Amino acid sequence: MNTYAIAAIYYFEMSRWLRTIGQSIAAPVISTSLYFVVFGSAIGSRMTQVDGIAYGSFIVPGLIMLAVVTESVSNASFGFYFPRFTGTIYELLSAPVDYAETLIGYVGAAATKSVLLGFLILLTANFFVPVHIQHPLLMLLFLVLTSVTFSLFGFIIGIWADGFEKLQIIPTLILTPLTFLGGSFYSIKMLPAFWQKVSMANPIVYLISGFRYSFYEAGDVNLSVSLLMICFFLIAAFCAARWMLKSGYKLKN
Amino acid sequence: MIPIDVRNLNKTYKGNFQALKNINLHIKTGEIFALLGPNGAGKTTLINTICGIVRPTNGTITVDGHDIITDFRAARSLIGLVPQELATDAFETVWHTVNFSRGLFGLAPNRAYVEKIIRQLSLWDKKNNKIMTLSGGMKRRVMIAKALSHEPKILFLDEPSAGVDVSLRKDMWENVRTLRDSGVTIILTTHYLEEAEEMADRISVINKGEIILTDNKDDLMKKLGHKTLTIDLDQPLNTVPPFLSAWKLDLDACAKQLHYHYSTAGGDTKVPQLLAGLSKAGIAYKDIHTNQSSLEEIFIELIK
Repeated sequence: MNTYAIAAIYYFEMSRWLRTIGQSIAAPVISTSLYFVVFGSAIGSRMTQVDGIAYGSFIVPGLIMLAVVTESVSNASFGFYFPRFTGTIYELLSAPVDYAETLIGYVGAAATKSVLLGFLILLTANFFVPVHIQHPLLMLLFLVLTSVTFSLFGFIIGIWADGFEKLQIIPTLILTPLTFLGGSFYSIKMLPAFWQKVSMANPIVYLISGFRYSFYEAGDVNLSVSLLMICFFLIAAFCAARWMLKSGYKLKN
Repeated sequence: MIPIDVRNLNKTYKGNFQALKNINLHIKTGEIFALLGPNGAGKTTLINTICGIVRPTNGTITVDGHDIITDFRAARSLIGLVPQELATDAFETVWHTVNFSRGLFGLAPNRAYVEKIIRQLSLWDKKNNKIMTLSGGMKRRVMIAKALSHEPKILFLDEPSAGVDVSLRKDMWENVRTLRDSGVTIILTTHYLEEAEEMADRISVINKGEIILTDNKDDLMKKLGHKTLTIDLDQPLNTVPPFLSAWKLDLDACAKQLHYHYSTAGGDTKVPQLLAGLSKAGIAYKDIHTNQSSLEEIFIELIK
């Protein structure tokens, strides 16, 4: 295995992030604070508890997932698309690097940023509401699995996109609505029966539910189903990314 | 071991455009090999296919005996590539981008080696500058430094002089020769035919995806090159005397110069007979000189 190549890609991607560290930290902290002001204080003060949890605390896992999913996709897709756009991708394509090393470097860096972001939001949330994590290891597992899965998904978009518009289409038109409708700010059980069934087709529901369970032992879906679903998405995304790199899809023609 | 061995290589792009047609090419160790051809001839596709950037449709390519598909790690680690386009990471510094390339090709960090390369390419005082602040010529040298960062045995230079001024071009040629002398095999494409004429040991001409010929530069110049003998006459001449018709001489507009075009390939140039004929006819001349046709003229003839 070309470990020097993995380190080079990882370091390159992380230093790109560190160059704009102010932005990288300020943006999620500000948006999380705004969510707490709007949902936690303005709306939350008029709401009773959800699943026996104060509303402000209830939305913390959903907020973290919202940011982690969005940032994972955005970081990984941009990280791989930009070299294609500038032409510097020639170097990666001509280097003695295989698909696994490429994925570990790019996806590893994007997932690292997302995990750090998740902890940053958790820290910010602590300033607004009390947050207790019942199962810290399970929480970490969900955070890492979600970061890796959606970084892989972003990586796929980075290969598929052939313009900056396309880079934004899936996150804006599909991912953000799915995340908002995936129970970030409410429990699926609060919906009418029909919409509860519809929501079960939304993969994000399983991630948020499992993640929320690790905090409060309360979720919309059984924990093992949540874990199975995230593992399924991870494997599906990995297979798609592997096929793209090995076949040279949109890269070698 | 042949550094690069290309056999029956074909590349067909989407839309059935065949960019490479049955290419066979064998590059020798330690030579400077020039690949010449007009725009769209297939030079860059050929280089990109050898380097792994473009997937071949069929055919085989080995680098130092390693197949570029089945043994891609060994093959690629031997190759350095300087592409035609100035593709650089604008926000990175020279030092970081060269070290990144070394790592990508699987080598441990080596500050001394990277420093040597950067110094050789006169970039040392710019090592902490972001690439976006450099001139076009400097960016080109950064790309060469990146290609050399992993100590390749084979270096591809795709239009290395594009956008580089004359003095820098001469420096670059000198660097290329130094590399060749250190044992690196160099394959270059260029639009500056004087560059190939100046540096190449062997030349291949590619047109419409096919290799038209491959030969030693000197043999090529000898075989396909033409010479022109110019005779400065003492007195103007009204017409070329009929007994000189065998030489197909041209008389210039001032009637004071005779031009004789001949090939050096056969050995018998008939120049002595012509001069003897002139003396016999009492046509006096002040001076004679010859011009060798350039590679550019040969190239234009070939791709007609």
